Amino acid sequence: MPAPGSRNNAGRAAAGAKAARELDHPFRTFMRLIGFVLRLYGWQYCAVIALIVVTIVAQVRGNLFFQTLIDDYITPMLASGGRDFGPLLAAIGSLAAIYALGVAANAASAVLKAFVTQGFLMKLRNRMFSHMQKLPLGYFDTNTRGDVMSLYTNDIDTLRQMVSQSVPQIFNSLLTIVMVLASMVYLSVPLTLVVLVVSGVMVWTTKVLTGKSGTYFSRQQKSVGALNGYVEEMMTGQRVVKAFTHEEAAKARFRELNGKLYEASNNANKFSGFLGPINNQLGYVAYVLSALVGGALAVTGTTGLTLGALVSFLTFVKSFTMPISQVSQQLNSIVMGLAGADRIFKLLDLPEETDAGEVTLVSVREDPSTGALRETDERTDRWGWKDLASGRITPMRGDIRLNDVTFGYVKGKTVLHDMTMFAKPGQKIALVGSTGAGKTTITNLITRFYDIDSGSIAYDGIDVTRIRKADLRRSLGMVLQDTHLFSGSIMENIRFGRLDATDDEVIAAAKLANAHTFIEKLPAGYDTQLTGDGASLSQGQRQMLAIARAAVADPPALILDEATSSIDTRTEALVQAGMDGLMKGRTTFVIAHRLSTIRNADCIMVIEAGRIIERGTHEELIAQRGRYYTLYTGLKGGGSSEE
Amino acid sequence: MNTVRELLRHLGEFRRDTALTPVWMVGEVVCEMIIPLLMATLIDQGVERGDMGVIGRTAAIMVAVALCGLTFGCLGSVFGSRACTGFARNLRQDQYDNIQTFSFSNIDRFSTPSLVTRLTTDVMNIQNATMMILRMVPRAFSSLIIAMCMAFVVSGTMALIYLGAVVVLGVVLGILMSIAAKYFRRAFPEYDAMNESVEENVTAMRAVKAFAREGMQTRVFKATSKRIYDIFLKAELVLAAVDPIIQATIWGCLLLISWVGSHLIVQDQLTTGDLTSLLMYCMNILMSLVMLSMTIVMITMSSASARRIVEVLRERDDMPSAAHPVTEVRDGSVVFDHVDFAYPAVKPSEHDPAARRRAEAAARFDGRRDKARNALTDVNLSIPSGAVVGVIGGTGSSKTTLVNLIPRLYDVTGGSLKVGGVDVRDYDRNALRDKVAVVLQNNVLFSGTIAANLRWGNPDATIDDCRRACRIACADEFVDRLPDGYEARVEQGGQNFSGGQKQRLCIARALLKDPKVLILDDSTSAVDTGTDARIRRAFANDMPGVTKIIIAQRISSVEDADMIVVLDDGRIDGVGTHAELMASNEIYRSIHDLQTQGGGDFDEAAFDGVAEAGVAEDNQDGKDDSDEEEVR
Repeated sequence: MPAPGSRNNAGRAAAGAKAARELDHPFRTFMRLIGFVLRLYGWQYCAVIALIVVTIVAQVRGNLFFQTLIDDYITPMLASGGRDFGPLLAAIGSLAAIYALGVAANAASAVLKAFVTQGFLMKLRNRMFSHMQKLPLGYFDTNTRGDVMSLYTNDIDTLRQMVSQSVPQIFNSLLTIVMVLASMVYLSVPLTLVVLVVSGVMVWTTKVLTGKSGTYFSRQQKSVGALNGYVEEMMTGQRVVKAFTHEEAAKARFRELNGKLYEASNNANKFSGFLGPINNQLGYVAYVLSALVGGALAVTGTTGLTLGALVSFLTFVKSFTMPISQVSQQLNSIVMGLAGADRIFKLLDLPEETDAGEVTLVSVREDPSTGALRETDERTDRWGWKDLASGRITPMRGDIRLNDVTFGYVKGKTVLHDMTMFAKPGQKIALVGSTGAGKTTITNLITRFYDIDSGSIAYDGIDVTRIRKADLRRSLGMVLQDTHLFSGSIMENIRFGRLDATDDEVIAAAKLANAHTFIEKLPAGYDTQLTGDGASLSQGQRQMLAIARAAVADPPALILDEATSSIDTRTEALVQAGMDGLMKGRTTFVIAHRLSTIRNADCIMVIEAGRIIERGTHEELIAQRGRYYTLYTGLKGGGSSEE
Repeated sequence: MNTVRELLRHLGEFRRDTALTPVWMVGEVVCEMIIPLLMATLIDQGVERGDMGVIGRTAAIMVAVALCGLTFGCLGSVFGSRACTGFARNLRQDQYDNIQTFSFSNIDRFSTPSLVTRLTTDVMNIQNATMMILRMVPRAFSSLIIAMCMAFVVSGTMALIYLGAVVVLGVVLGILMSIAAKYFRRAFPEYDAMNESVEENVTAMRAVKAFAREGMQTRVFKATSKRIYDIFLKAELVLAAVDPIIQATIWGCLLLISWVGSHLIVQDQLTTGDLTSLLMYCMNILMSLVMLSMTIVMITMSSASARRIVEVLRERDDMPSAAHPVTEVRDGSVVFDHVDFAYPAVKPSEHDPAARRRAEAAARFDGRRDKARNALTDVNLSIPSGAVVGVIGGTGSSKTTLVNLIPRLYDVTGGSLKVGGVDVRDYDRNALRDKVAVVLQNNVLFSGTIAANLRWGNPDATIDDCRRACRIACADEFVDRLPDGYEARVEQGGQNFSGGQKQRLCIARALLKDPKVLILDDSTSAVDTGTDARIRRAFANDMPGVTKIIIAQRISSVEDADMIVVLDDGRIDGVGTHAELMASNEIYRSIHDLQTQGGGDFDEAAFDGVAEAGVAEDNQDGKDDSDEEEVR
């Protein structure tokens, strides 16, 4: 919507003053933004500006006409007593033509502006999103959902305001100021100085007032934040509030926060509300002063200022002070837009995941005569790694080795220390250990969600950093503990694993994952629509869908993070059977909780505080009588009184 | 209109400010209207005649009037901002206070984010709309009227031109604005869709990356982005017409006035001074009209916020209170007498898409919110005071529902439920809930200190009371190891504690209520088996008189109970001791067998017990903690 008038902008103005202080390089950001717009819509944006100039010229031409209307047309007629309206008609006719041109230019610029603004915003949004897709996971760990979403809504919105309104309007005002100033200087230099002094006062009061209300606006922002946080926390825990009859205390605390917010926003609005009246009246002061000084000058005749010139001058005063206060208010909304642009550019400037892509995954076929592997377009269910530089193809077998891997999410806080482990093709490696020991971290490194600090990870003898990320991940099926489903049908959610899977393949995968039975029972079966991250499904059902999703991808290697509590025993048995089906014949890293999984593993790694403290098969570890043994026997003892 | 009336009831102490603000605004406008007249005098009688006396006098009056205008303007600002922000404050407080009276089934009608939006963004919208109504509208309206009147005084003929222009422009603007508003309204759901797409993507980034689906996600986003572009483009194109039309009207008027005016002057029906004033009024009238039409559109756009707020204000607690409530719970006996229960068909809030989607999705999946389907059917159960009762059954067997009825979080739909020999509906609700402590399935701790969280159970609890409760709940072992002990900080939602630690603190919190009945809804799932057993032992030793009802997944958590209830699909499938059920109950036996022979969980919680050094470390693996919340 267009700005609802200058008064309402005052609030934005004050907030803008605050944003200005936070900006590092407002000018650089501004130029970058304008550059962005110009690259996309160069001639269109220039045309918008040119058309605006045409409109202003028409406007000025009109003002000049009305100043001469009486002197040049009406007075002569009165004097001559003639009734010849011909010249007037001609003048009005030509002005009408100029006006028509102005209106047409205005309309054209408005239409163009709509296309430019919306197109620019869409392209910016799309660029942000596709860039975001390429960012490392760390970005999503360190930024809250709210912050990210705010880029796409609030910041984009301030940009819309800025590109479509503030910039053209400021241009418009500046042009007017220049033209009016020139006319004023032409008429009388001393009077111009008087007006400039008052204008200076206007700019100064605007600055002071926005500064003052700016403090309150930022305090209001803080209060809103505090209130928001409190409300969100209490609403989430509302059932506990009821169960503990804590309502009165909750109300009292809310009253306190609410009072603070009222205090701040009352003051913020009050001070920014002063801006309009003060600037308005200062405009009149400029007028009065000019009249007084000009009158004195004209009467004494010292500067050669005539009375007629003074009258003209006075008409200019008002048209000078108005755009000045407009500019000072628009400037702030530009600054706010720049703050938004700054945040958006920061996102766009973040480095993408490093992806060398020297080695890719290809479908291969064995040459029957030579036994050599050859790349093919068909889906052969046999894969090979192709080194793009040499063209050499190595068969993909699923051999994964970690050598002396050290890693920390944050610099200086090492999570994994010198970790070495290997999985031969088809082997099952179980990772056990306490919460926070670093099990999930290991899987994050194999998939290159994060890059290691030192050491190396090799996949079939190839350093994983050389493998194209998408291919690396395609070769590793993942069932993560937090199962995320997407809006869409169940069929689509499973097909997420492999987009070209047929319906039959999807159903086969669902059967393997033990999900088929419950899906069939849903009213719309595989076409049942999921919303809100599949909130209507139980945890167990979601897990089964995730298994099906990995199964349909049919990857040579697997990473499984088993579900823990909250699934009832019988559902868990089903999930487990699904997992077991999936693991058959694939190299698997499994973060295991179920004894049966652990017992069958080819190797068990007991991880503690980022180090492997024990490793071996179930029997070997039992024989060692270490930590694993304690836990195993502890479980058996505490688990059932019958033993 | 009803909505507006309801909102106005909450003006409270800000009625006077609200009434006076428009008065100041009109005052300011009147001053601003007088000034042009003075300007005309200044020019006609002062400057043109070179009469410094007149110039001086008129200038003095002008400054005086300008000062008046300034005063009125500032008063308008002071009163206006107090009125609007005060009104907003009341709306927030009254909504929040009312939400506190909501029963569980009231809460079910709204989603949390929607309630948060109503308390914050929606109230802000109303605050801004009120500001416009109190300041902009009177300003624009009065300046339109006054300028119009003045135009009529100067020249009736000419004023008619304005009147015509106002009507034409008003109608055209009205049509354009309503079309634009329609597009903007249609844009909101698309915006929601885009937000959802971003949100879904950000939360599920791991899955997206795991399957290398970045490209596909980008395509989906681009499609939504394009739809937003299409709608907004249409809206902007409509709005693009507004400015040229206004300009054309103003310029058309100016041309017409010049033409007609010069004729009138020549015919001696108008002076040249009059013509100048008329030209000024022309701008005044038409600009006010534009302002007015814009504010009206902005105000109507906030009407959705108004409706959402009113909905919360009007929602009434749907759980009737007893006429003569009993305030004393005699003992901890609990008797279910032919209890039937069905969740009331949730009528989701009309203005809450999230709640509506949730309800629709639930209906699509199994229709469990249908009236027809009972969550509990014919439950008969008699629990003597001080007994230990285990409740076991699969997901969806209504275990949680069963215990939620005891503190009257929901009302039974058939039969009756007695605590301490009195029907729960006859108690004062707070008295009942103070004596029936539930540790809900989703453990919510609040930001603050540990002691502050524990005192939710009893605000007057001494630190020794807290220690005692923590000792029983086996929470003392880690609280004591914290550097700040009971004054240690709890982050929002208790994020800085492991699942097992949170559960134990929640149990301690419930114990501080000194309840007669204690209900644990799967509250030790993340606690290792050894500690679980110790907690149960402490219950038996330290609070023998308290009835303990324990919902559990693990057979080991309930096998020592005096009585175990096996629930299946909302019906009692069997009641008895462990030995009796092993002999007679099919479901119980199969759960038992799966848990012992299948090889149970490798007890990760036990690992935690060994590894945890005080507060769980803030680490990436923290996601292992399962905070699963069963949707009833």
